[in-house]
Amino acid sequence: MTAHFTSPAFKENAHQALHDPALQRALGNVESGFIAKRRKAADKLPEFEALRDSARDIKNHTLAHLDLYLEAYEARVTAAGGQVHFAPTAEDASKIVVDICRRVGARTVAKGKSMISEEIELNAHLEAAGVKPIETDLGEYIIQLRGERPSHIVAPVIHLNRDQIESDFRRVHRDLPPERDLHAPESLLAEARGVLRQKFLAADVGITGANFLVAETGTSIIVTNEGNGDLSQTLPRVHIVLASIEKLVPTLEDASQMLRVLARSATGQEISVYTTFSTGPRRPGDVDGPEEYHVVLLDNGRSAMLGGEFREMLRCIRCAACMNHCPVYHAVGGHAYGWVYPGPMGSVLSPSLIGVDKAGQLPNASTFCGRCESVCPVRIPLPKLMRHWREREFERHLSPATVRSGLKLWGFFARRPRLYRLATRAGMGALALLGRGKGRFRTLPFAGGWTATRDFAAPEGGTFQAQWAARKERA
Amino acid sequence: MSAASAPSRPRVGLFATCLVDLIRPSIGFAAAKLIEQAGCEVVVPPQTCCGQPAFNNGDRATARDLALQAIDAFQGVDYVVAPSGSCAGQLKKHVPELFAGEPDLSRRADAFAAKVFELVTFLVDVRGMTSVPARFDGVVTYHDSCAGLRELGVKAQPRRLLESVQGLTIAEMKDPDVCCGFGGTFAVKYGEISDAIVAKKTDNVVAAGAGTLLAGDLGCLMNMAGKLQRQGRPVRARHVAEVLAGMGEEPAIGEPTRGE
Repeated sequence: MTAHFTSPAFKENAHQALHDPALQRALGNVESGFIAKRRKAADKLPEFEALRDSARDIKNHTLAHLDLYLEAYEARVTAAGGQVHFAPTAEDASKIVVDICRRVGARTVAKGKSMISEEIELNAHLEAAGVKPIETDLGEYIIQLRGERPSHIVAPVIHLNRDQIESDFRRVHRDLPPERDLHAPESLLAEARGVLRQKFLAADVGITGANFLVAETGTSIIVTNEGNGDLSQTLPRVHIVLASIEKLVPTLEDASQMLRVLARSATGQEISVYTTFSTGPRRPGDVDGPEEYHVVLLDNGRSAMLGGEFREMLRCIRCAACMNHCPVYHAVGGHAYGWVYPGPMGSVLSPSLIGVDKAGQLPNASTFCGRCESVCPVRIPLPKLMRHWREREFERHLSPATVRSGLKLWGFFARRPRLYRLATRAGMGALALLGRGKGRFRTLPFAGGWTATRDFAAPEGGTFQAQWAARKERA
Repeated sequence: MSAASAPSRPRVGLFATCLVDLIRPSIGFAAAKLIEQAGCEVVVPPQTCCGQPAFNNGDRATARDLALQAIDAFQGVDYVVAPSGSCAGQLKKHVPELFAGEPDLSRRADAFAAKVFELVTFLVDVRGMTSVPARFDGVVTYHDSCAGLRELGVKAQPRRLLESVQGLTIAEMKDPDVCCGFGGTFAVKYGEISDAIVAKKTDNVVAAGAGTLLAGDLGCLMNMAGKLQRQGRPVRARHVAEVLAGMGEEPAIGEPTRGE
């Protein structure tokens, strides 16, 4: 595993994020943008909740028979003249893509948005092989200019403000007139389009991700709002689809059901602006399309999840509704999570893919408020799955020593009601005496994380159980 | 009290919750008063913790021990009622998960869970209470604590009873259903993030223009009250049961007790 991550430093990352005024300003857009739009789209569709059930069921069925659907999918792709490559690891997937690029003598590659490409760190591998990757999704293009990583799986530059992007464009697009007006977001989009259009034409290979792979027809489906995916896959000579194995759905009918919940959950759109289907290379008589068509199917730990307690995570369709509704994501943004997948879905998935020893902070950094589960279009019980990671950590003694010893002490008393009543009565009496002047504490040992910024209410004095017993005796 | 007969006067085991037991017993007395007003007998079996801190930190063994302890302690009651959506959610939703696949224990856990209710939903949904004989002069705003809201559907019930309180006006805050950042041990383990979340919450509380903040969970209330007090904002925080039981004149959370 060569993955580059800072997930073990989640707390430090979060600290920096909380003290970054530009980031905090940008993060305001997550709350104000996505949530109301999703609500509105869901409310407009009376059958939305039933569609979520159906989406969950389609994915459950597919995962239960994934071997079958993978075989069927491969057979259809092959019949259409394409080739499927199975990649057990991230390294394998990058190597397959790089080998194809080398074989066809590619100098530049036009890329549509793909989180799998991030997961396998494809751009670094391509560059090392002398192939220039060009991100064609506006957000990914900006990320590439800045040498960053996406901070959100649908809106990669949600951590940036418009003025930051304008200064990047002025820095990089040197051949354009410096006095041009880039104030409106549309003008940034138009400029990126103009720059990218020439690159599409020059690219030898196009790489896209996939939102769904259809076993029935061997089709890959992508949804975009810019149309860059269409150009990435139709203009170059070679088209490579990069997808993970859980993207399969059985039929086109199933795919269309999934599309109905995807855009509504992600951006509040009824459907994305472009929904693009691709099945194999150009056929005789087709006016456009690639000469070669490849699908690289990444496993990278997913088949191991199939048989275990994290299987439900494989239903995820990457809509990002969970992070859009997460109070922790709102506070710290996506980069703090330290790897490719942020927010609640990442807090479950990342430990599976890079190890709980490295990503263990993530499933702990949740209040378990449950808002993610309440909006997940495929009803993944995200808090429950995060709790499963905490159980694994506890079993493997990976939880912090302070947490373990605190729990142990609490558990010792809580298991012994009589001792508990004696100890708590004495303890609360003492604390009540200490705090009685003000009724609260400004500092407390072992609770510095709380009292640094919040007061802590002092006990009223006397436990409820003791007072209740005394009252009953008097009565 | 013993005069009334069993079927018309159900026996309710009050699960005070450890925070109420230790920090603010007056919520326990308010809950008991309301349960009695709803025509029930209240008993308080010896109890400690519902096990949620252990459960949520991955310590299933301790969570199971504490669940069994609670199941045993509340054997002889018709209902188990807790003034907390979080602890009631643990007992009602998660205790059965802890024993899934073990037929005997699972049956006991399911039977226990079926008796468990959060206080206000018990009053309204189970006992059909539509009003309370209480008075509270002031404007309140109500925060929907997460577990109660999403695990148990606590939302309309507290507001309905609050509307019946003489002299009380409800001013809804923006995003009442968004987490306050408490999250149990999260508030200490990730204090800085917890604080950023509660700071947004207290902004919304203050903007609502209410003098009193109410909620159904003491943990969330201590978090929000602690932030409001550190910020020097003059909003007082109480458990909703205190106001419903007509005990809203006592010192609020984090205020000095009277007469000392």
